[in-house]
Amino acid sequence: MRRLAVVLVALAAAAAPAQAQPPAGVARPANETALSPIDLGAALYAGNCSTCHGVAGRGTPDRAPSLRDAGAQAADFYLRTGYMPLNHPDEQPKRGRVEFSERELRALIAYVASLGNGPPIPTPHPQRGSLNEGLRLFTSHCAGCHQIAGQGGVVTGARVPPLDQATATQIAEAVRTGPYLMPRFSDREITPSQLDSLVRYVQLTQHPQDRGGWGIGNLGPFPEGMITWLLAAVVLIATCMVIGRRLGS
Amino acid sequence: MIRRAVAYLDRGTGASPLLRKTLRYAFPDHWSFLLGEVALYAFIVLVGTGIYLTLFFEPSLAKTTYNGVYAPLRGMEMSQAYKSVVDISYERNAGLLFRQTHHWAADVFVAAVILHLMRVFFTGAFRRPRTLIWTIGLLMLFTSLLEGYLGYSMVDDLLSGMGLAIGYGVALSMPIIGGNLALAIWGGQFPGVHAFESRMYIAHVLIFPALIATLIVLHLALVMRHHHTQFRMSPRATERRVIGLPAFPAQTPRSLGLMLAVAAVLFLLGGLVQINPIWQWGPYQVAQGTNGAQPDWYLGWLIGALRLVPGFDLTIGDYTLVGNPFWGGALFPLVVLLVLLAVPAAERRLTRDGSTHNLADRPRDAPGRTAFGMAFLTWVSLIFVAGSADRMYVFLGLSYEGQIWFYRVASLVLPFVAYFVTRRVCLALQEAERIDAERELAEAEAAAARLPAS
Repeated sequence: MRRLAVVLVALAAAAAPAQAQPPAGVARPANETALSPIDLGAALYAGNCSTCHGVAGRGTPDRAPSLRDAGAQAADFYLRTGYMPLNHPDEQPKRGRVEFSERELRALIAYVASLGNGPPIPTPHPQRGSLNEGLRLFTSHCAGCHQIAGQGGVVTGARVPPLDQATATQIAEAVRTGPYLMPRFSDREITPSQLDSLVRYVQLTQHPQDRGGWGIGNLGPFPEGMITWLLAAVVLIATCMVIGRRLGS
Repeated sequence: MIRRAVAYLDRGTGASPLLRKTLRYAFPDHWSFLLGEVALYAFIVLVGTGIYLTLFFEPSLAKTTYNGVYAPLRGMEMSQAYKSVVDISYERNAGLLFRQTHHWAADVFVAAVILHLMRVFFTGAFRRPRTLIWTIGLLMLFTSLLEGYLGYSMVDDLLSGMGLAIGYGVALSMPIIGGNLALAIWGGQFPGVHAFESRMYIAHVLIFPALIATLIVLHLALVMRHHHTQFRMSPRATERRVIGLPAFPAQTPRSLGLMLAVAAVLFLLGGLVQINPIWQWGPYQVAQGTNGAQPDWYLGWLIGALRLVPGFDLTIGDYTLVGNPFWGGALFPLVVLLVLLAVPAAERRLTRDGSTHNLADRPRDAPGRTAFGMAFLTWVSLIFVAGSADRMYVFLGLSYEGQIWFYRVASLVLPFVAYFVTRRVCLALQEAERIDAERELAEAEAAAARLPAS
């Protein structure tokens, strides 16, 4: 009952600035520092999430899923990547600036976790993983969309994000949660120790043990063709023009 | 001493008339005639670096476990072929330099061939008596495309496996012979028998290079025989007289300089810019794939065509007569090759000009040919660019499906636009020249008329 009251107060508080401001940015309760973490979480939820995810995370049909069993795992992923809050419910979430402070993030994640029996934030141990197992698993499960060096790509209906900024925890969260169109992988499909290997492999792609000079994006033939035409061909044509010029005439 | 050695060689070979002819060969005086030389020197770099690579490459699909210096692959099962290329890249002296230079040289070789082909086309240098040179050049180009494809396919990494899967699909899609053709090449269901690797290898390091080298010799011998074309840069240059720099001493240092420059560019790229980092792609297993996989650029037009053709098969009952990959992967390049092969004869018929031409046209001198060339280039280029639609989506956010539809329409419409625009530009340039010439004539006449009066 008390929580509902806070929600209503926060909704009222959030409504006025929300109209005055552009849709970007987040709504904060006015007396933020005075609120306990659980009340702060509820207030932030009411101001930034409930429009789509509904009161107490019930979800809205055809608009946004229920958050009852999302747990801290999904909340942590979506909030710390800047995937949420979305400006429009039908756009693809993408990595962006995180507008919440650390205290607000903790409060909001704890609030979403309190809505049901969702999984907690996973703790991967990439140092225990094996790189060749990671590469094998990544090739089988991930590269089809994320590209073998984690550069992202395209699938029907979505842009697959590159993994260059993903933290170890976020990689584990994404594997277990399956954000947006990505499939979710359970403990049985990818065991915790396999997940360690996967995370270790993705971290390798972020800092490849590279050789051979400028990596031109680790994308393969596409940038190589650009170099061929825009650099090599241009230089060689210029060379021909210099050499072919008749001196002294 | 030297004189005696030369005299001995001369008596033994009777080479001196040929040598004299070669040394006095007159080179046309325009930079665009050097583009073919760039391709030739890239080919020499290809052969040189390729020989070095064959010393270390293992054309075998036998399984082995990697235990080399590249940590991420340690303990992984892979083919001998893939392992040997990782070893070339990490453990052989200058192996990666030669590997990367070899690959860059291949990319640049085809680019130079195409620039050279464009020069020949737009100057009408394919006309009699040089039609056979044109034909040989085209055969070389298409052989080189296959040669390059085999080169990166036999490495057995993730990208090459995906490329071969597409090649297998195209082979299967051929009408009637498809199934047997694929069986003959691969020796069984994809990914094929172990002998398939040896077949790719021998084709890549012996059969195709020998074929290309033979065609190069023929190509150059015929150029020697018929001579280069030349622009009408000096009034002394006519259809019957060749004006230019003699091979020795004037052209030789230029050509040597160009050869060194090409080698320098290729080795600089090989040393400084990464190409095909196969250790990142990992070994290939059937049914694996990666997003954003592309062929090397010179096969990008085929990927574009495969993407643009709407999804349909020609079937009779349950029998697939023509599989979908046939249209983009086989028919399209065949049409391009046939059109280019037919160019000399088609122009003779259309212009009713079957005579020999030793003077090169400027593009504006033949508006019809230039306009057709631009239209054809636009057509192939649009299909080529369509092959990168997935990356354009990732980089620029342009809808993938929207792009495919754009290219489908544009590849049918824009060639006509290119045709008419180019024609107009050529005619306008001709007109401007005519006006200039008339004005100069009139001014000269006016000056001449004033002179006696003063």
